Amino acid sequence: MTVTAIASKEVHVDDEGFLTEYDEWDEKLAVELARNIGIDEMTDAHRATINFLRSDYAEQGTTATLRRVSTVGQIPTKQLFALFPKKPAKKMAYVAGLPKPVGCV
Amino acid sequence: MKNLLILGAGTAGTTLVNKLRPKLDRGEWRITIVDSDPDHHYQPGYLFIPFGTYAPDEVIKSKRDFIPDGVDYVEASIERVEPERRVVVLADGAELPYDYLVIATGTHPRPNETPGLAGKDYGRTIHDFYTLEGATALAAALDGFRGGKLVVNIIELPIKCPVAPLEFCFLADDYFRAKGIGDQIDITYVTPLDGAFTKPIASAHLGTMLNERGIGLEADFYLERVDAERRVLVSYDEREVPYDLLVTVPVNMGADFVAKSGLGDELNHMRVDPYTFQSDDHPDIFALGDAANLPTSKAGSVAHFSVDVFTDNFLSQIAGRPMTERFDGHANCFIESGNGKALLIDFNYDTEPLPGKYPYPVVGPFTLLKENRLNHWGKLAFRSIYWNFLLPGRPIPVPTEMPMAGKEIAAT
Repeated sequence: MTVTAIASKEVHVDDEGFLTEYDEWDEKLAVELARNIGIDEMTDAHRATINFLRSDYAEQGTTATLRRVSTVGQIPTKQLFALFPKKPAKKMAYVAGLPKPVGCV
Repeated sequence: MKNLLILGAGTAGTTLVNKLRPKLDRGEWRITIVDSDPDHHYQPGYLFIPFGTYAPDEVIKSKRDFIPDGVDYVEASIERVEPERRVVVLADGAELPYDYLVIATGTHPRPNETPGLAGKDYGRTIHDFYTLEGATALAAALDGFRGGKLVVNIIELPIKCPVAPLEFCFLADDYFRAKGIGDQIDITYVTPLDGAFTKPIASAHLGTMLNERGIGLEADFYLERVDAERRVLVSYDEREVPYDLLVTVPVNMGADFVAKSGLGDELNHMRVDPYTFQSDDHPDIFALGDAANLPTSKAGSVAHFSVDVFTDNFLSQIAGRPMTERFDGHANCFIESGNGKALLIDFNYDTEPLPGKYPYPVVGPFTLLKENRLNHWGKLAFRSIYWNFLLPGRPIPVPTEMPMAGKEIAAT
């Protein structure tokens, strides 16, 4: 785990650049994180998704799967692919300052 | 008389009753196990049925034969669990009370969850090998397949035995080459993961295996629907993969009663503590095996190691002592790689698959992350160990906790 500066703020990140401290995230950071992965503009739809992920994480203790975001978060999977192209699960977690969802070996 | 009730007589449930019955006073504890299917399938055998290595009847035995004396075996379907009343209601309305409940009903393929999958082409151009019927029908389809695109696909994770679809690719490649038509068949592995393997060291060791065999890889592919008419897989982001023969792993979900009971996650897997298997919501409910949502693979080895840990903890719990054993997520899998060889991987929650020897340093006898014949022999021999040692709860000389001893850690 290392400390790095994103948008002039010092944050703790893992070796892939995912934030490791839930409380170090803020909206301004999110804009910068999004830009880092090619999302130049955060729309309301992006923000709604990130907000769901963060509040769900606070309750559940794990990052929601795509299935959970669509069934519980009510955001259709197709839209998630439009907002966070190609790798939505990983990208959403990154922008939301949450751990990458658990993959399988 | 107290009641320990176990739902599901698969690998976890059966091993558990065999381990616990001798350790629980018969005058104090009634142990009941419920299952609706009289047959116990050796599921790792399904992989070999499409290629004619095993016949269907070679992977079936009777469930009752493995339930020990002193355990009540109830053949019935489960309607729901009522956690407040601590009762399980069966399909015929009968009620089974419990002091402790273990949910071990596994996870199963659900073709209906994916649009276009379950239809008239299922069993013809679309197949799965995650059921005995599916694997049997696939044997006929492979036998008649003369050329074209064979697509092997995982729809969504988690699935039980996540390496099986890769093994299928390797064995299929072998199978068609042996028939002299390897060049007429184009195999592609389609997965929602970002590669064939997710963990870096295993990826480096194994990433070339698909390449070497000329098997294509389509990663980050989240299947939205199957267009069975056009024989095309369509992803959520409109990518298409055409097929002539599709071998898919349908979405895996836990039992319906889990959802009906207000338990489980979006795939009906039980949310439990990953170290003790205790339900997040009900301290007298536990889940073992594929029915549990654990951050490790869904595999027989995980069920086996879980039962070891749970058995010790349960005995502490009922004696009023804290549950101090913690499951480390230990899993191991033999990966058939074709040509009479296999690899072995061994890992847990914290440690990815590493090269080295297993289970003991130097002497092994198995080698990790390397294709060899002994590993393949180990995989085949395991069927006998499963029926004769694992299920009956007899000791197997393999450490429950993942051993670091034989592993090679890269110098930093």
